Amino acid sequence: MSTVSYAVSDAATMLRRDFRHLQRYPVMTINTVGLPTFMLLLFVYVFGGAMSAALGAAGGGTSYINYLVPGLLLMAVGSGCASTAVGVNSDMTEGIIARFRTMAISRASVLTGHVVGSVIRTMVSIFIVLGVALLIGFRPTAGPVEWLASIGVLAIYVLAFTWLAVALGMVAKSPEGANGSTLLFQFGPFFSSAFVSPESMPAGMRWFAEHMPFTPMIDTLRGLLLGTPIGNSAVIAAAWCVVIAVGGYLWARAAYNRDPARLGL
Amino acid sequence: MPASSPAIAATGLRKSFGDKVVLDRIDLRVDEGTIFALLGPNGAGKTTAVHILSTYLGADAGEVYVDGHDVGREPDAVRAAIGVTGQFSAVDKLLTGEENLILMADLHHLGKRAGRRRAAELLERFDLVEAAGKPLAAYSGGMRRRLDLAMTLVGSPRIIFLDEPTTGLDPRSRRTMWQIIRDLAAGGVTIFLTTQYLEEADHLADRIAVLDHGKLVAEGTAAELKRLIPGGHIRLQFAGAAGLETAARALAEARRDDDALTLHVPSDGGVRSLRALLDQLDHASVEVEALTVHTPDLDDVFFALTGHPTTEKAATT
Repeated sequence: MSTVSYAVSDAATMLRRDFRHLQRYPVMTINTVGLPTFMLLLFVYVFGGAMSAALGAAGGGTSYINYLVPGLLLMAVGSGCASTAVGVNSDMTEGIIARFRTMAISRASVLTGHVVGSVIRTMVSIFIVLGVALLIGFRPTAGPVEWLASIGVLAIYVLAFTWLAVALGMVAKSPEGANGSTLLFQFGPFFSSAFVSPESMPAGMRWFAEHMPFTPMIDTLRGLLLGTPIGNSAVIAAAWCVVIAVGGYLWARAAYNRDPARLGL
Repeated sequence: MPASSPAIAATGLRKSFGDKVVLDRIDLRVDEGTIFALLGPNGAGKTTAVHILSTYLGADAGEVYVDGHDVGREPDAVRAAIGVTGQFSAVDKLLTGEENLILMADLHHLGKRAGRRRAAELLERFDLVEAAGKPLAAYSGGMRRRLDLAMTLVGSPRIIFLDEPTTGLDPRSRRTMWQIIRDLAAGGVTIFLTTQYLEEADHLADRIAVLDHGKLVAEGTAAELKRLIPGGHIRLQFAGAAGLETAARALAEARRDDDALTLHVPSDGGVRSLRALLDQLDHASVEVEALTVHTPDLDDVFFALTGHPTTEKAATT
């Protein structure tokens, strides 16, 4: 076999290992689905009435749940990334990683296995959140093409944030620290167009909400699912994804290849 | 000495963490198919040496060749030839013993069927068949250590590094581990192990190097090292000065300590010499309060070689 096919086979082995972990330790997956689902129910059944009224014209006349779901799907992405960072961090402190470092296996395979596993897990949790949303009244206008595009766009978001989450998991000192460093992903959507339109916010906050990466990502998704105008959001979202993915990838790789001197002695 | 190139060769190996020098110009040579022991107390730099030789850490200076390959320039060639069992268990705790072995087989690209066969073979050899399907939480320390070593052997490495393979094991597990190590060496595998126990190095190793504060202070066979250290002795404790006096007269070669009321009699600690000593004491009608047999240990080696004991606090100059 060539070097490339070895690298692919090693990454597949690492992915199988990741799935086994998932099977044995499902708590993280349950948490991943839990937070966005809880938020969905909270904002539909508790705050829903008040939010619909407040959203008014800015919501384009759609019901609040329709406005809300694209943002919550981004929250599910963030929540999945938190699990990824914690998982990567606790894995890196395991003795087996030291063993991998002295074996003739492709160095990238450990990280690639984590990334592919995390992307799949996060996508599954997104589908679960989406399923709950459809069950309680989410009525997108998307046709098959828009649905496919939405899923593709979500997968790109997940991939980009997962590389960043892997890097954060690598550099964090403890699993708690890893979780803390991803709070921004989990709760960032609150400061975007996820729950309310930025137009309803005070000037400074509004500027921030309009320029933070979640807003164009959510607006693109909302446009695909509900037919609201996308404008230049798609381009900006794509640019953010490239920056986050490439930055996360380089950071994670550098962190993994660093001389593990702190483990010496 | 064989003409072939050595399995492990290091010259002028240096490593420091910050301003702390951990390895100070170390030279090592391990011939193929032999067992080499790096002996030293905690903090001597043994683990760092293993880390560098096994490509886990980079060296600051010096040349290191393992299986004929430069560890810095061709780490993957080195990795393909070696197996490492570190001091802390390098197993996947969320997998079962068998899954851990199959994980290793997959990473060595043995193929599905050959991998399963190899895993089954190693489970059998390391007495882990019953525990194969259990998660590692159910494993004892000795079982984990055996699994750890089994995982190292999946790829049939030619050179094996064992960092303190028996530390923390009960005496029975330790003997099992020794037997496993000897069997490996008999199969032609080169073994580089670290240990804190002179007895272990003595039992297993063809050659022993003594490491102290990052420096090699002695190297040779067990017999050569033992010649450097004082022999064992028997310590006799007496109830009073009169007993000590009588015994000291009967045992001319003994060293006496009047304050502690003790005599140190040089001895190999064997049953025969012990019986002879007791006969002599009986003969002189001396009542001995307590008797302890003292065999040379790492402390004696260190004291003889470095002039200071193994304990860290006593050794700052």
